Amino acid sequence: MSQEALRIQKISGHAGTVPGEGTQREFTVCKLIDTTTCIGCKACEVACMEWNDLPFGETVFDNTYQTMPETRWNYWNLILFNEHEREDGTLMWLMRKNQCMHCAEPGCLAACPSDGAIIQYANGIVDFQQEHCIGCGYCITGCPFNIPKFNPETKRVFKCTLCADRVGEGLEPACIKACPTGCLHFGSKDDMKFLAEGRAKQLRDHYNFPNAGVYDPQGVGGTGVIYVLHDANQPELYGGLPKDPHVPWTVKLWKGPLKWLGNVAMIGGLIGLFVHYLSFGPKDRDEEDVSAGGKKP
Amino acid sequence: MSPTGQSVPRGRILRYTLHERLNHWVAAVSYVYLLLTGLAFWSPWLFWIAVILGGAPVSRMLHPWAGLVFFGSVLYMYKLWAAQMRNTAADRAWWKAVRYYSTNQDDKMPPAGRYNAGQKFLFWGFFWSALFLLLSGVVLWFPEYISWNLRFLRYLAVLIHPAAALLTIGLFMIHLYMGLFAEHGALDSVIHGDVSETFAKRYHPAWYKEIVGGTSTPRK
Repeated sequence: MSQEALRIQKISGHAGTVPGEGTQREFTVCKLIDTTTCIGCKACEVACMEWNDLPFGETVFDNTYQTMPETRWNYWNLILFNEHEREDGTLMWLMRKNQCMHCAEPGCLAACPSDGAIIQYANGIVDFQQEHCIGCGYCITGCPFNIPKFNPETKRVFKCTLCADRVGEGLEPACIKACPTGCLHFGSKDDMKFLAEGRAKQLRDHYNFPNAGVYDPQGVGGTGVIYVLHDANQPELYGGLPKDPHVPWTVKLWKGPLKWLGNVAMIGGLIGLFVHYLSFGPKDRDEEDVSAGGKKP
Repeated sequence: MSPTGQSVPRGRILRYTLHERLNHWVAAVSYVYLLLTGLAFWSPWLFWIAVILGGAPVSRMLHPWAGLVFFGSVLYMYKLWAAQMRNTAADRAWWKAVRYYSTNQDDKMPPAGRYNAGQKFLFWGFFWSALFLLLSGVVLWFPEYISWNLRFLRYLAVLIHPAAALLTIGLFMIHLYMGLFAEHGALDSVIHGDVSETFAKRYHPAWYKEIVGGTSTPRK
């Protein structure tokens, strides 16, 4: 993979054309997370901090195997833990590596007003460009996965980059490299889907997980991170993974119909007032003494 | 503070006290800043406005503070004018005849008091919009402190804030048109405070009658 993969195909808050759109063969990268073989070792969490030089923060112990309640601006990769009691009374420890999902249609990018603060590369990676970020936090509202996190000191928002810097050089993301069980895979979206579907079929046919399946939510156009789940009908069990995530409808309404309606109304209003002035003019054309000069001596 | 509705020397009438004028301009300056920076965030085509005003991060930082100033001045306007902005039977008659007003046939209008029904509409439109802008604006100011369980507040705010702002933009355009282009003497009155007798007679005949009839009780 060359730098070609880092051509830009979507830009937030951008008025003109997009430089990389449609200039190369389709090649979308994807991370596959097999929750059924994750042991919750946190090697991916450490690798993420290592590669991205993230400062250390305090962890929060809550009697589970989870490092902290949710991701932070300086902690982009977090394994969420859930002790799930099944109908037959047995327990399951569900581990899900949580990070940016790299949506094909990102809500953060749609909500962002700043030119170039959020971009989507031709390889599908959604990346924040902090030097263009204005700190408004609209991306936080646009994201259906609760991923963008605000740094109160720098007033900028941060999240997982899918190691765009590594991927651009033909390497796999740091978390993939660190995983000891092979539950993380990285490759093209097609290959990862194939691998995931095969694993899900194996779980259904041979491991007594009749509801096993692949999580690749179409409500956001599919994601650059897909999961294999023991029970694809209940993704909520895995640390609140939304069943059918969408960009919030109010964000769509705001950036779609309301924007058009508002623009038409504002421009129409200006034209209307101008035409009114040409048609009728000021109210007091025939009465000179109404004007400010009035009866001043 | 001198009361409004009093004759002042040289045949002119005091229309706006110093407090009213000062407050108007605090609101005007803060509103124009809010409008410009808000438009920059509204559309990528207008993002350059924020660049001119010191950069988008600066605009993002100052916009909420300007909002507080604007809301403060709107609250003071409420204190000054709310009692005079009540909807009356004369206002309903005014709306029925509004087509004469908009075609400059003011002689066919029912006589207006200190504020005509259109001005009252402007006042209440700005007042309620400012309230909704404040409530949604506080949420947008600190989105990172709105917990995931309360995210519906953010979802509502991103819709309410621009919708209310658009309403004020419509009102603002008409307000500017009336004050700068349609009624000569209006801009002068909100700077120097007084209007000519002709202005008062023509646009606010009931108010004028009150003053010269001497039945006027000085307003605060």
